[in-house]
Amino acid sequence: MLDVKALSKSFQGLQAVDNVTMKVAEGSIVSLIGPNGAGKTTCFALITGFHAPTSGTVHFDATDITNMKPHRIATRGMVRTFQIVQPFAGQTVRENIAVGAHLKIAGRRDALNKAQEIAAKVGLGAMLDQDAGDLTVAGRKRLEVARALATDPKLLLLDEVMAGLNPSEIRDIIPVIKLLRDEGVTIFLIEHVMQAVMSLSDHTFVLNQGKLIAEGAPAKVARDPQVIEAYLGKGMAKRMADQGAGSDA
Amino acid sequence: MRQLIILLAIFALIALTPLWLTSEFWLNAVLLTVYAALLGQAWNILAGFGGQFSFGHALFFGTGAYCVAVLQIQFGVNPWIGFVLGGLLGALVALAMGFLTFRYGLRGSYFALVTLAFAEVFRILSNSVSFTGAGEGILIPLDRQASQMQFTQLSSYFWLICAITLACFLTVWWLQNGRLGARMMAVRDNEEAAAAIGVNAMSVKLQAIALSGFFSGLAGVFYAQKFLYLDPSIAFGPAVSVESLLVAIVGGIGTLFGPLLGAAVLHIFAELVRHVIGDEPGLSMAVYGSILVIMVLFAPRGIAGIGRSVRSVLKGTGDAGR
Ligand SMILES: Nc1ncnc2c1ncn2[C@@H]1O[C@H](COP(=O)(O)OP(=O)(O)OP(=O)(O)O)[C@@H](O)[C@H]1O
Ligand SMILES: [Mg+2]
Repeated sequence: MLDVKALSKSFQGLQAVDNVTMKVAEGSIVSLIGPNGAGKTTCFALITGFHAPTSGTVHFDATDITNMKPHRIATRGMVRTFQIVQPFAGQTVRENIAVGAHLKIAGRRDALNKAQEIAAKVGLGAMLDQDAGDLTVAGRKRLEVARALATDPKLLLLDEVMAGLNPSEIRDIIPVIKLLRDEGVTIFLIEHVMQAVMSLSDHTFVLNQGKLIAEGAPAKVARDPQVIEAYLGKGMAKRMADQGAGSDA
Repeated sequence: MRQLIILLAIFALIALTPLWLTSEFWLNAVLLTVYAALLGQAWNILAGFGGQFSFGHALFFGTGAYCVAVLQIQFGVNPWIGFVLGGLLGALVALAMGFLTFRYGLRGSYFALVTLAFAEVFRILSNSVSFTGAGEGILIPLDRQASQMQFTQLSSYFWLICAITLACFLTVWWLQNGRLGARMMAVRDNEEAAAAIGVNAMSVKLQAIALSGFFSGLAGVFYAQKFLYLDPSIAFGPAVSVESLLVAIVGGIGTLFGPLLGAAVLHIFAELVRHVIGDEPGLSMAVYGSILVIMVLFAPRGIAGIGRSVRSVLKGTGDAGR
């Protein structure tokens, strides 16, 4: 459903994304991982039209959406969340989510009802009338998801929605994401929380310094020497393999 | 719904004023207050809801005013038709300016400065071309008939401005309770986040500026028909721009009743000061300036904001400081 071909982006000489090709199949949960500064967020920004790629193409539902405006891409059914949360502060949680709902719903009352429904789904049901600016980090992350979800997307791009959450909050949000997929929303997520990547994704892409260095089933990718090196530094893969020969069951 | 009922009740009460207030002087003062509320609310649509602060609303006001005057004098167009056209031309000029500025992503003080510059350009232009009467101004011939939008009774002018102002306030009520308004506030609070969930920020801002320009244009038409005289600095000078933003800021930006409160407070203060000190030239500007400074320092969310803070303190939610 999402088809990214040879996507590149450089910022004043810095190659943030370098010739990246990825596919996301309908109905799956796909993850994008990599160390800090690997270019993951930039990839999402390129895919959703927030940055113009230096080269490469993006197809969504077999339509070329390269260089399309973000709001038009959202209207087509692909919606992103922001790693750095961006609530409409000063408006209530309900009003925040309703803006998303209004993408497909014209009536105010219906949009507010939909907002309430979505809030309950992501665990914000008790905070509907709270100012979005007063939410905790966990609350704001949920609000990002809720607002995107309210647009009724086909493909949801989640950028580190678990960063800053404690382990029990992470345990709470994993089933929410699974539920979304079961309801027919395809999910593409950036995540540092390995527990989540492992338990959620059908397929994983690994990015390092702008380049795709591995892809496949998460368990397989996690054993890839190149991936281990990208995360832990040179020589680490070999040492782990040596140790593993002795202790691995 | 409750706000709508309160709004209609307030306007019903205001509309009754000519029935009991016999002093022409005081009726005129109330009329000018309602007129100021219209200016403030028109500005509030763009700033309070669309998030774009303009320093040049005189541009739309002057466009409407000159539109009705020039059309009837040069082309014999009936002022009631000029009234509609004045609003539409105000909206059109607003759209053109919005298109140019939003396209290049101008925001905040840059946007404010550009609006000021546009108004100045129009002031200079209307000063130099002949069909506006240039620097001498334009005089609408006296012809007191309702069909010429000129009235013998002050109360007729009074009810006309009440009707126009009510239309503007109803528009804002509708914005507060509908999709377009929700989108405007989303764009105001965070343009990127709004775009990510499918809001076309450009289109939303253009709709905001067009509505704003429309009502400012209507205010201009009303001014022209009430005072029957225009010159470039009345129409496009900074006084109208300042009054528009002051009324809304003092009353409370982004609220339905703010501009009405702001207009009332400013006019009452100006009258009181005039009584105490007398009719010094430039005095009202000095009063307005002082009130603005006090408001910005002590009640940045305006009078309506004070009310909200008090309520939240009473409820104990404790966000009064913001
Ligand atoms: N707008 C920009 N202008 C210039 N450089 C940028 C811009 N956005 C990102 N970069 C740079 O591009 C690189 C990739 O950044 P990006 O945010 O995509 O990384 P990331 O993989 O999402 O990292 P993290 O895990 O920390 O979120 C970084 O070196 C960053 O400094
Ligand atoms: Mg990132």
